[in-house]
Amino acid sequence: MRIVISADKIHSDFVRQIEESSGQLLLACNQCGKCSAGCPVVAAMDLLPNQVIRLAQLGMEEVLESNTLWLCASCLTCVTRCPKGVDLPRLMEALRVIALRRGVTKLDLSALPPELLKALPQLAIVGGYRKYVK
Amino acid sequence: MMSIPYFPGCTLSTQARDYDSSARAVARALGFELVELTDWQCCGATFPLTLDDSMALIAPTRVLYQAQQSGERVVTLCAICFHVLRRAQALLARDRAMLERINWFTGQEYQGVRVVHFLEILRDEIGWEALRAHVRCPISMRLAPYYGCLLLRPHNEIGLDDPEQPTILHDLLRTLGAEVVDFPYSIECCGSYLTVKDPRISETLALEIVASARESGAQAIVTACPLCQFNLTYPQRNSDGIPILYFTQLMAEALGLSGLGEVR
Repeated sequence: MRIVISADKIHSDFVRQIEESSGQLLLACNQCGKCSAGCPVVAAMDLLPNQVIRLAQLGMEEVLESNTLWLCASCLTCVTRCPKGVDLPRLMEALRVIALRRGVTKLDLSALPPELLKALPQLAIVGGYRKYVK
Repeated sequence: MMSIPYFPGCTLSTQARDYDSSARAVARALGFELVELTDWQCCGATFPLTLDDSMALIAPTRVLYQAQQSGERVVTLCAICFHVLRRAQALLARDRAMLERINWFTGQEYQGVRVVHFLEILRDEIGWEALRAHVRCPISMRLAPYYGCLLLRPHNEIGLDDPEQPTILHDLLRTLGAEVVDFPYSIECCGSYLTVKDPRISETLALEIVASARESGAQAIVTACPLCQFNLTYPQRNSDGIPILYFTQLMAEALGLSGLGEVR
């Protein structure tokens, strides 16, 4: 993949929107990788959690294509361990919200196996709609 | 008998009724009554992590207002309700502008209420020693305490226990007479809402947790969360599994409240 890094992107509205929405400073992350080391879902992700931050730091909107945003379960293990106090789940949610506000929808209950759909507890469905649909 | 306002939430009123009924019975046996809020609604099941999403705070604030009508505190059992309400309580206590904005929208004057988990009442108000005196049928099982995520994190707002090395479930289960098994997945995520989006991924996570508990010799896993309970139970449907029990079911057994702790 060809990557273009530019000062314009780094100072873009996209970066400002992520920071305002999450309340986090992207450049506070020094890429130590501790978040990725402890993430329980990391094996299924196409980008490591710290790589998502790196792309966001550089203002690269391609980050919205990553499945990592949607696999983050907001378990908050990373924020408990981040030596810089970066609240990564808030950054992930800010990116999800930007994608959702652009019209993305990530939940399709009809694609679930019917026996699972029948068995799901209410709070999983309510939570799913809040996390993956706008 | 002391009474404490109680918010059951959607899942304890339906699928997780055994969690609700065992907790109510245990409370009565310990000398207090869980009094369900007269009018309540869903807490929203997620705490909004963006700062510009006031819509998602309306549901939990309504619940907090409903609780305020009944007293200065409200007790919850569901780890997700607890997490959402405790964080909403903390946010509204420090963010005056947000509080006014939500109150303006709902037309309700929410001021402040304290959200507590049932486990905190056991530990901080009754105490393990006093609880031990109520144990009539000690639990003779090896149990794996499973905390998951939302009961513990983030520590600065939840503050129920150490976020990396919690002991509250360990202490409770030992008090009930059980042998407590330590296992490495005790605070690992069960997959949470991924179960409605990518069930194969959450099943993989869940089966790792269950396997780890079994390898450590556990005969059952103990939880405080109906979503963990489901996520760890459902993937075991086609195999010999181990039961995933609510801590209140084991308490009901130990206190001799027959039938309530029964494993379904």
